[in-house]
This record gives sequence, C-alpha cells and structure tokens, in this order.
Amino acid sequence: MWKSLLLALALLPGLTIPAAAQGAGASPAGAAASAGPSADVARHIADVASPDATVQQEAAVALGKTGDRKILPLLQALREGSVYVRALPEGKKETLIVGDKITEGDRTLVPLFRAYGREPIIGPDAKPVLADLSTLEEVSTGRSLRIAIRPLIDAFSGQSDLVSPDPATRRAAATKMGYTGDTDTLKVLQEAHGKEGDRWVRFAMDEAVALIRLRTGGEPERVAAAETLGHLRSANAMEPLDQIAGDPQSPAPLATAARDAIKRIERWGLFTQGIEIAFQGLSLSSILLLMALGLAIVFGLMGVINMAHGELMALGAYATFLMQGWFTAHFPAYFDYYFLVALPFAFLVSATAGLILERGVIRFLYGRPLETLLLTWGVSLIIQQGLRLWFGAANVDVTSPGWLSGGIPVMVGVQLPYNRLFIIGLAAVCVAAMYLLLFRTDAGLRIRAVTQNRGMAACLGVRARWVDAGTFALGAGLAGLAGCAITQIGNVGPELGQNYIVDSFMVVVTGGVGKLLGSILAAIGIGGLNKIIEPGMGAVFGKVLILVLVILFIQRRPSGLFATKGRYAES
Amino acid sequence: MRSPERWGLLAAATVLVVLLPALNALPAGSPLRVSDFTLNLFGKFLAYAILALGIDLIWGYTGVLSLGHGVFFGLGAYAMGMHLMLEIGTRSVYGNVLPDFMVWNRVTELPLFWKPFYSVPFTLVAVLVVPALFAFVFGYLTFRSRIRGVYFSIITQALALSTWLMFNRNAMNLGGTNGLSGFKSIFGFGLNSPATQRTLYVATALCLCGAFLVCRAITRSPAGRVLIAIRDSETRVLFSGYSPAAFKLFVFIVSAALAGVAGALYVPQVGIITPAKIGVLPSIEMIIWVAVGGRGTLLGAVVGAIGVNWLQSILTTTYPDLWLLVLGSLFVAVVLFFPDGVVGTARRLGMRLRRLPRAAGAGGRLIGRPDEGRGPEEAAPQTNVPHVQAPR
Repeated sequence: MWKSLLLALALLPGLTIPAAAQGAGASPAGAAASAGPSADVARHIADVASPDATVQQEAAVALGKTGDRKILPLLQALREGSVYVRALPEGKKETLIVGDKITEGDRTLVPLFRAYGREPIIGPDAKPVLADLSTLEEVSTGRSLRIAIRPLIDAFSGQSDLVSPDPATRRAAATKMGYTGDTDTLKVLQEAHGKEGDRWVRFAMDEAVALIRLRTGGEPERVAAAETLGHLRSANAMEPLDQIAGDPQSPAPLATAARDAIKRIERWGLFTQGIEIAFQGLSLSSILLLMALGLAIVFGLMGVINMAHGELMALGAYATFLMQGWFTAHFPAYFDYYFLVALPFAFLVSATAGLILERGVIRFLYGRPLETLLLTWGVSLIIQQGLRLWFGAANVDVTSPGWLSGGIPVMVGVQLPYNRLFIIGLAAVCVAAMYLLLFRTDAGLRIRAVTQNRGMAACLGVRARWVDAGTFALGAGLAGLAGCAITQIGNVGPELGQNYIVDSFMVVVTGGVGKLLGSILAAIGIGGLNKIIEPGMGAVFGKVLILVLVILFIQRRPSGLFATKGRYAES
Repeated sequence: MRSPERWGLLAAATVLVVLLPALNALPAGSPLRVSDFTLNLFGKFLAYAILALGIDLIWGYTGVLSLGHGVFFGLGAYAMGMHLMLEIGTRSVYGNVLPDFMVWNRVTELPLFWKPFYSVPFTLVAVLVVPALFAFVFGYLTFRSRIRGVYFSIITQALALSTWLMFNRNAMNLGGTNGLSGFKSIFGFGLNSPATQRTLYVATALCLCGAFLVCRAITRSPAGRVLIAIRDSETRVLFSGYSPAAFKLFVFIVSAALAGVAGALYVPQVGIITPAKIGVLPSIEMIIWVAVGGRGTLLGAVVGAIGVNWLQSILTTTYPDLWLLVLGSLFVAVVLFFPDGVVGTARRLGMRLRRLPRAAGAGGRLIGRPDEGRGPEEAAPQTNVPHVQAPR
C-alpha cells in the first residue's frame, strides 16, 4: 500500500518539476534554486490565502509580476482550486498545494506540497506527509481571481516557450504574447528578439511587440505600431486595427494609420491567397498527373480504359498503411523512415496486381475497349469490396512521418506544407522517369513502336504481348505510387479510388491519348481550375463547370490537346 | 421473327400483364395468390426493363456505351416525384403547402421550376421531354464532334458524376441527399391501396410492351440496319454517305426518353427517389443488366433487367456483403465467357441444336450480335489502312 503511494507521489510532482527546472535558467530569480522565497514573496503567498478577495487578487498579481518561475505551480493550483491552508502548531498558518486525493477508508488523504516551488513536504519519517483533507482549510478562488491569474500563467508558459528549442513553439509563444501581453511582456520579447536566430520567429516577435504597443502605448507609439503592423503585413493585426479604424473615438492620425495598414494587409492577403490557390492547384494537379500518367500510357498502348485504376491506387494506399503497421510493430525506432520503404512497396503491390489483372483477364480482350471498360469496372468493384471486407469500411489511419509534417514559410502568411511539396516533387520525378524510359531506353522504344503500330512492331520482332504486360504493370505501379502519396494528404478508405478516377479520366481525354506533355498540361489545367473555382462557386459547381469546359474543348480538339497525327491516328 | 418466338413473347406478355395482377387480386389466403410485395417488386423490375431496352438500343445495337443513363432515369423520376410531392399538399408532416424538405431548408416560396408540375399533363409530357431534350443537347455536342468509343463512355460517366453531385445539393431545391419521398397519392388515388399499386403495375407492364414494340420497330426498320452498321464500323457508314451522328443522336434521344418513362414509373411504386439512384454506380449497373441478358437482343435486355435485379434483391437481404462481389464477378464473367448474355447464348445453342440433324453449317451469324469479338491480330488491318480525314 505504502509503496504504491510513494510511487504515485514520486510521479505527481514529476509532471511539473521538470518544467520549472527548465525555466529556471531563463528567469533571474531561479538562480537560488533551493532557497526559500524572499520576504515579499512569502507575504504574498500568505495573502493569496486571504478570505478577502481583493487582497487575494492583489497578492496573486504581485506574485505573477515577480517573474519567479517557482510561483507558477501556485498560480496553476489557484486556478484549479487545489490550494489549502494548514494550521501550524505555533498558531501560524501555511499556504499549501495539495496533490491528488487518496481515499482510505472513510478518510480522504492528500499529499502536501510547498506553495513555493511545489516541493513535497517530507515528514520526520522521511516520507511525504499525507494529511486528512478535512483538517485543511480550502482557499476559495472566485471567478474574477481566476480571470486575473490566467494571463499571468500564460506569460509564464510563454516565457518558457520562448526559449524552447523548437522554432515553431517559439513562434507560437511570441504570437500568443502579442495577443495577451502587456508592457512587461515587451521587455521579455525584446530580450528574446536579440538572441533569436530564426527570422520567422523574429517576425512573430516584431509582430507581437507592435501588437502590444498598439494596445497599450501612448498615441504616437500606437500610430507607429499601426504603421509597423502594416509594413509587416500582419494578418493577426487585422482585428485590432479594424476596431481602431471603426471606433469614432480613436484619434485621427491613429485611425488613418490603421486604415492604411489595413489596406496594405488586405492587398497582401489577396496576393498570398492567390499563391496558396496556385499551390493547392499544383498539388492536386500532381496527384491527377500521377493517376493519369498510368492511365494514359496504358490507354495509348492498348486502347484499354482501366476502370480499376483507382482501386490500384487504393491498393497502394493500403500497402502504405500495412508498411506503417509493420514498422510500428518491428522497428518503432525507425518509424519515420517507413514512408521511404512504403513508396517502392506500394509500387510493387499495385504493379503486381496490375500484372495479374493483365495476364489474367485483360489480355483476352484486346481490341474490345468497351468490354475491357466493363470488365475492369467489375474488377474495381471486387477490389473495393475486398478492401472493405478485409480492412473494414471505415477509413484507416496513416500517420505522416515527422519529416513530412510542417512546412516551409516562404513569406509572410504563406507556408508551403512539406507533404504537398513532396507530392509535387514525386510527380515531377515520375514524369521525368517516364520521359527517360519512353524516349531514352530500348524498352521505351518498343513501347512507342507497339503504341504506333502493333502489327508492324510485332513483325519486326517486338514481343507485343510482353510490352503490354510490362506497360500495364508500370501504369498500375504508378497508380500505387499515387496511392502512397495520397495517404499523406487525404483519407484512406475503400472508396479512395472513386474520388479521383473521373477527374483523371478527364485529364486523359483532354490531354490526348498516350501523350506525356498533353497529360501534364491537362492535369495542371484541370487541377488548377478545380482549385480556382472552388472558393468562389463551391466544389460541386467546379466539377460541373469543368465537365462542360472539357466537352466544349473536345468540340475544338476531338482527340485531345496533342492529337496523334499520321496514318495510325484513326482506328 | 420466327413464329415460335413470337408466340413465346405473347405468352410472356400475357403472364406479365394479365396473369400476375390477376393472381394478386385473388383473396388473401389463396395458395396461388401473388403477394402485394412481390407484385410491387416486379413492377420495379419491369420499370428497369424499360430502361434496359433503351440502353440495349444505344449500346447493344448502335455500339455506343453510355455510362450516364442514370441521369435520364433520374430526370424522369424527379419529374414524376415533383408532381407527387406537390400532390401531398398539406398532408405533409409540417402541414405546409410546400414539400417538407423546403420547410426544413427555410424555403418560403415554391421555386418557379416546381410550379408547372402541379399540372398532370405537363408532368406526363415532362417525363418524356425533359430527358429527351437533355439527351439532345448533350448528344448533339458530343456526337457532332465525333466523340466516340471509350471517350463517349468517359464523358457520360463524368455527366453522371456531376449530375449526382448537383442533385445532392440542397440549393437545387430537389431534396438534397434525401431526395423526394413521402408520397401520398398519384392523380388522386391513394398510393397505399393495393388496387392503385396493381394499376401501376399493369401500366408499367403495358408500357414495357409498348416500349418493346417501339424498339422492335426501330431495330427492324432500315434505320435499325444503319444502327447495326454503325456499331460494326462507323467509318464505313460515314463513307457510305450516312451521317452516323444523326442516327446516334436519334437513338440516344429515344433511349433517354425510355429511361425517363422508366424513372416516372419507378417512383410511385418504390415511393422514393434519391440522388443515389442516378450516380455513377447505378448508371453502370444498368449496363450489366443488358450485358447479362444479352445485348443486341431486345428480349435479352428485359430478361437481364429482371434477372439481375431479382438476384440483387435476394442477395442484398441475405448476404449484403456479397452483393458487390457478385456484381463485380458478373461483369467479369459476362464479358469474358458470355459476351452474348443469357438470351444470345441460349439462341446460339438452340440454333446449333436445330442445325445438328440437318448438318448445315454456313452462315448463322446473329444479326443482333456485336462484332467486337475480334482479337488484335484481326483488328490490326484497320490500323494499317492509310488514314483519310473524314469530312466534318
């Protein structure tokens, strides 16, 4: 019984002490780590337990202002309501923090901690003191006190976050300080700014300083702050600036400065929004392109429309899911690298499935494109239902590896996520590889020969059937890669393939059959249009509009952007 | 048509139109009685059969694979559904003149395009004309620019997808995902009464007979020959001085109108129409009915529609997980092993049996059989023909 209690006690302070120790280096008062509180602080600590709410609040704020990190646990405990007063033998009273309750028989016992630094109180028997809760006097904390404490706690956590090794944490801390900080925070921010190496964190600090000045400074300072915010193009400043510009009581120069700043920020917002849309369009285009590449070469080569292409992609996605599970089970330490293994694995799984599909059924149907379409649709239903029965109808969870989360901030208000950049890069690599394969290797020469004239190529000794099988497997493998990539940005479920298949067919139709360049341009066009139309008209009208545009486009160019010219064009 | 088959068709029509409803009208408890549920189920199947006839015309005979017929079915169904919705009037849950979903969506006034559907004649015309008109516009644009083969299939599939997306939106004022339902009466007759349902069934069966006769007339006419010629080689038809686009457009419109009628007959019998019935999957499922029954034979379309749907209604109640697997396997099996479907295979067997004693060999190709069964080696000469730019 005692052992487990000890364990619990050892764990409880463990949760807060490291945080306090971490902050100790940064705060000046922390130098005397084991020293007791100064007289002032000790008085405030006693006052915090005062039944008079005003005294209590003043004491809490005063404690907060000391900037002593050892005060943080007390403030947090005040907010949670776990501060109690214990009567000492000499008639004095001591403010305490109590730990989690332990019920023993009809008594409720609590471990005791010092108010300053939250160190466990050790009894004469070298064991932590447990006190009956009924012998302690609870310190009541009113709502106004809790509200007063909150910014103090935020400031404390913000200060420790400001020296965090992770730039994203530092940035977030600075931004938060900008919203909640006061003149005292300014000093902290400016001090941190001098030591800061990361320019985006420095930007966030500049922004925070200006925001605080805008809120708390005198008039000339506020005007300057508004101008600074405008130059910083700070989107976070829109709300306070709007308030100032809309408030009839704000002084004229300030209101003008605010309006100017708003105009500047808004213009910048439009610009960044444009960039974001272009980037999203590009990443959607990349996925469509990965899908359409496989479809287009198979269609160009064999005249086969592979309706199961989307399901081959889903297979790739589920292969990634399996690889993730395998890494979690066997190499948890190398979890971040699972994705690198999953890429070739997904390619292989889908390519094998494609090979089986081609050798098993499709090869019996050459020259019958409509029947192949129906057959592959049947196969897609079987794969889809198979996935549903095997993995369940719900989406499975694929976690991004650490190196794919986050993004590069390229300019104020624009952050390019790594996972989308990765997909764009993957598509570019695949296109380049396809180009090299088709135009720089013997295998590519054979593929092109069979695409152009199957009979003549066969006469010249090209094994057309082998080329077919290989190309189909390649196309399927590309779908697998697309599936693997999509796990990083979308849901993985049995219906995954259906979401993209129609769009990728549109790409094939628009781009022209078996044309690399056509597919690329069509993918960029359709993906980009989708994202351009979406914000204004909604995704549904976007899809409908694109269909209409594709139909109109085909009026002008019935065989796609880049029609195959010459005698083999018509079949 | 040979007379035994004609007699067979007549007998089948009599069973469907007269015998089934008559058996349903027997007093309850009679051992021969067909239950209301079964009759209703068959009414649905027969509506589907009308749709399948249309698909057979455009795919089985003309060789144009449309993966968007769910749209035309939906247009007819929604037209009828809107009339039935308005007929509910104040008997709805909210007691408002407006349909319930509009009250729910805070629509205060009946949208303009709903108003004409108060009128029965307008609805009956719209059921035919709206899908036909839509098919005309879509078909004109696509056939004119000589979009054919898989291109056409893909475009129609995209059409099905985008229509499905549109109908799912509440802003369309067509009930969104939940569609139209809760009908009370049709032309003043309560939909709950078995007599109304029986009448609807008979009407559906008669419509099916009519559609069958119309399709038969088309396929047997000289125009029907051109359709088959288009299926077998569109380029040659073009060179012979016909306009394949015009013929295809005509068949597409007829087929869409049949789909619309099927939808209109489906709605009062099933009691609900939702966007789920008009999307990509249902559209392509309709193709498999015809493929299983036997494309290029009108009888096959009817047999396939009834057979596959019967199978579906049995399987989805007993093994719901298996249905999609069975459907997928049906696609694969029919394409690989029975390209002529049930009716085509049966006919071929029958012909072979009849020929056996006489040991006659030559000829014997079915008119209605598609000519896609050639391997690449046979198809290859086509690609070697110097390409001539056809006049546009």
